[in-house]
Amino acid sequence: MEKLPFERPVINKLSAGMPGKFGMKTHISPVTHIDQVGVKELTGQYGSPLFVLSEKSLRQNFSEAKRAFETRYPKVQFAWSYKTNYLNAVCSVFHQEGAWAEVVSGFEYDKAIALGVEGKHIIFNGPDKSRDDLKKAVNNNSLIHIDHFDEMYTLTELAGESENKPKVAIRVNMDTGVYPVWDRFGFNYENGEAWDALNRIMMAGKLELVGLHAHIGTYMLSASAYGIAASKLAELAAQLEKKFGHVAGYIDVGGGFASKNTLKGAYYSGSDTAPGFDEYAEAIAAALVNSRIKPANMPLLILETGRALVDDAGYLLGTVIANKRLSDGRRATIIDAGVNILFTSFWYDHQVNPGQPVSEHTEETTIFGPLCMNIDVIKEAAVMPVLKKGDRVVISRVGAYNLTQWMQFITLRPKVVMIDPEGNVHLIRDSETLETLTSLEKLPGHLKQFRL
Amino acid sequence: MILPVTVNFYENLDSQPAGRMNKLNITVAVTGLNNIDSPGPGVPVIRALRESDFFNVRIIGLAYENLEPGIYMPGIADKVYMIPYPSDGVEALLERLEYINSRERIDVLIPNFDSELYTFMKSDKRLGEMGIKTFLPELAQYEERHKANLSGFGKKYNVKVPGNFELFSHSDIQKIPSGFTFPLMVKGKFYDAYTAENKQQIAFFYNKIAAKWGLPVIIQEFVRGTEVNVVALGDGQGNTIGAVPMRKQYITDKGKAWGGVTLDDKNMLELTRRIISETKWRGGMELEIIKTASNELYLIEINPRIPAWVYLAVGAGQNLPEALVRLALGLDVEPFTSYKVGKMFIRYSYDLLVDIGQYELVSTKREN
Amino acid sequence: MRLKKNIALSETGFVFDPNTGDSFSLNRIGLEIVEKLRHDKTDQEILNELLENYEIDKASLDKYYFDFVSTLQYYQLIDDTTGHREFL
Repeated sequence: MEKLPFERPVINKLSAGMPGKFGMKTHISPVTHIDQVGVKELTGQYGSPLFVLSEKSLRQNFSEAKRAFETRYPKVQFAWSYKTNYLNAVCSVFHQEGAWAEVVSGFEYDKAIALGVEGKHIIFNGPDKSRDDLKKAVNNNSLIHIDHFDEMYTLTELAGESENKPKVAIRVNMDTGVYPVWDRFGFNYENGEAWDALNRIMMAGKLELVGLHAHIGTYMLSASAYGIAASKLAELAAQLEKKFGHVAGYIDVGGGFASKNTLKGAYYSGSDTAPGFDEYAEAIAAALVNSRIKPANMPLLILETGRALVDDAGYLLGTVIANKRLSDGRRATIIDAGVNILFTSFWYDHQVNPGQPVSEHTEETTIFGPLCMNIDVIKEAAVMPVLKKGDRVVISRVGAYNLTQWMQFITLRPKVVMIDPEGNVHLIRDSETLETLTSLEKLPGHLKQFRL
Repeated sequence: MILPVTVNFYENLDSQPAGRMNKLNITVAVTGLNNIDSPGPGVPVIRALRESDFFNVRIIGLAYENLEPGIYMPGIADKVYMIPYPSDGVEALLERLEYINSRERIDVLIPNFDSELYTFMKSDKRLGEMGIKTFLPELAQYEERHKANLSGFGKKYNVKVPGNFELFSHSDIQKIPSGFTFPLMVKGKFYDAYTAENKQQIAFFYNKIAAKWGLPVIIQEFVRGTEVNVVALGDGQGNTIGAVPMRKQYITDKGKAWGGVTLDDKNMLELTRRIISETKWRGGMELEIIKTASNELYLIEINPRIPAWVYLAVGAGQNLPEALVRLALGLDVEPFTSYKVGKMFIRYSYDLLVDIGQYELVSTKREN
Repeated sequence: MRLKKNIALSETGFVFDPNTGDSFSLNRIGLEIVEKLRHDKTDQEILNELLENYEIDKASLDKYYFDFVSTLQYYQLIDDTTGHREFL
């Protein structure tokens, strides 16, 4: 007789409370495949934990965003936000789709150049650009978004040393009805500082003003705030037209579009509340079209959205190390993927699914990572099917920021693979080895020997 | 002895529906069966529908927790199903409703919790495809009347409202403008309201509310006066189908009415009609109003659903749940023109006896 | 080591403990084990039967079984008067 599949025996105490933390036990369906490639095969071949990126999703998200904006506005250009995920494979997918590069440091700038992005297709943002960085950017005709007056003066100096007239935009911060206002970056709109900066650039004549930029925040759940940002930038462009007869070639509304992750502290699921590309596009395009800018001078619209393009294309696969019962009877599940590689678990209530078929029965558990640190909590309150040691879990929507903010801490960082649209799996970043880390270290001679 | 008096607010008098011989058979699904000390409106809505002269209803109760009294009360729900919490997302809910609908053929669904309305409004189209009708506010109406947006609402529709300030983080407590003087109200996005006498208390309530209902937490000016309420129904075209004002006579420690009496107050009705006409409100609503000593009316909250005390309105002559179901079904509804003033309700508790087997069914089979 | 006598158990996996008023739910294998315990089977007998019928190795089964039984103890569903369990 064939043996029956085994599930760990479970007993759950029924809570007889009124509306509490856990609702009806919803059936959590397993995620056994990513783009038709088995989770079991992936971890079998590449180990666990493992980051998996879906090229198909990256391209689909991009074309979805592109369609949303291009159907509403005539001139649209995307620039891939390197800091969101600067793995070469990911950047290259977006560059193949036509996105420029948006970088915020000399390191990211060099990475884009090394990948083959032409200088004129690189937008250089951020408060930290060294004199050397700026010089390089000026020589390459890159688009430099000025963050503060000190940078403006450095650029003015450099303009005298280079054959190229620096191509610049200013970053504008503003009140869009969403708080906190990110007023530490760029020049303020409401107090007139932005208009002042534009006047100085136009009067001095050393810099070529090619655009206007704003980046109003991150994980913005309100599409209308972008409408306000776009109309304020458009108003500046209209004033430039009027006073100097100068046409700002582009308006860059930055990024910050939300993905479908659920923020901690939010009551509803992120998949229900996050606006789609269409809503953002509608707000922004309407603001530009209805602005005072002359129809013949309608600027190029640049978007630097990162998270919304890459988040749901990324998965983190992990394996159950152990099940425990805590002193108060609560269940604990320990997996091999910790907060050191899943930074976003600090602000998202990530979706965690089992990686193999499961029964209907669920239990309440807390999912911990493997670190010897009390803060290593992947999901505080999860209602999970019964998992046993060796079972796989799939954490969804992890493509943004984790692969740039992850830490090498206690353990080595794992492999990253990308599944191409034909279903072939490519290793795009190898796991670290002891050698990777020790090769950077220098041990002073007098410390080389010890006896215990 | 004083008897309740019927007052008419329109020239054309009494339009009470006459008793019908052939009632229409329909199936209505209702949430909010938590008839506890802070009751949901489900049970009173069901009572109202059961008393309809127009419909013969089969009631499908939808419950979140296995101890909601409405699950077990005789004569309330014909059948009860457990459904997932709104925070689990639209997909989980629709999947469950599809299952329920495949067995029950629901005609109309009446959600009764603030926290679930958003989810149901988002699902309106899919529900329609399943053949389930609702009569809910538009998403824009719903958003506009949010506690956090009350100042803007007041300005837009020229309604007096207390000043409010949103807290998105603990440190925002220090940023409350100096114009706000204690005592202040501290309110949750969906439920819960506390009076704070100082910043320490605000901090305490902030934590309590944020943990339960998320952010923002709303600080509202405390307006001195008497709290009065109106239950009303808008047809979505700007017409007020019905409206009954009430004064709470006794309020529990949870801030809920334990007794109330219908009022004769033309100003309150006028304010209600103006709000419904200008917002083109669609569906049931409850206005929470403070009437000051100088008879000024401050709108403090609009609840975008039927309140738990709706049965008082039914008793006073306006079966608003029945009218809502008629609107949902696309039937013509004549506005109510009168109600009885001096009709009272007094809540009471009652120990219902059930066998553990019933609890077992709800807990394990998720239906009863 | 046995299940408390007056524990009510249904075929749906619903458990009612009249001593404490607590209710519980069991998954299928949990229910099977509790039923066997109620019929006064020994740990060894239960383990052998499960091993025969299910796709599981002995070491893992032992681990899950004793974890489960200690949860039953934690919830006071096991008659503890006979002293501590004899571990295999």
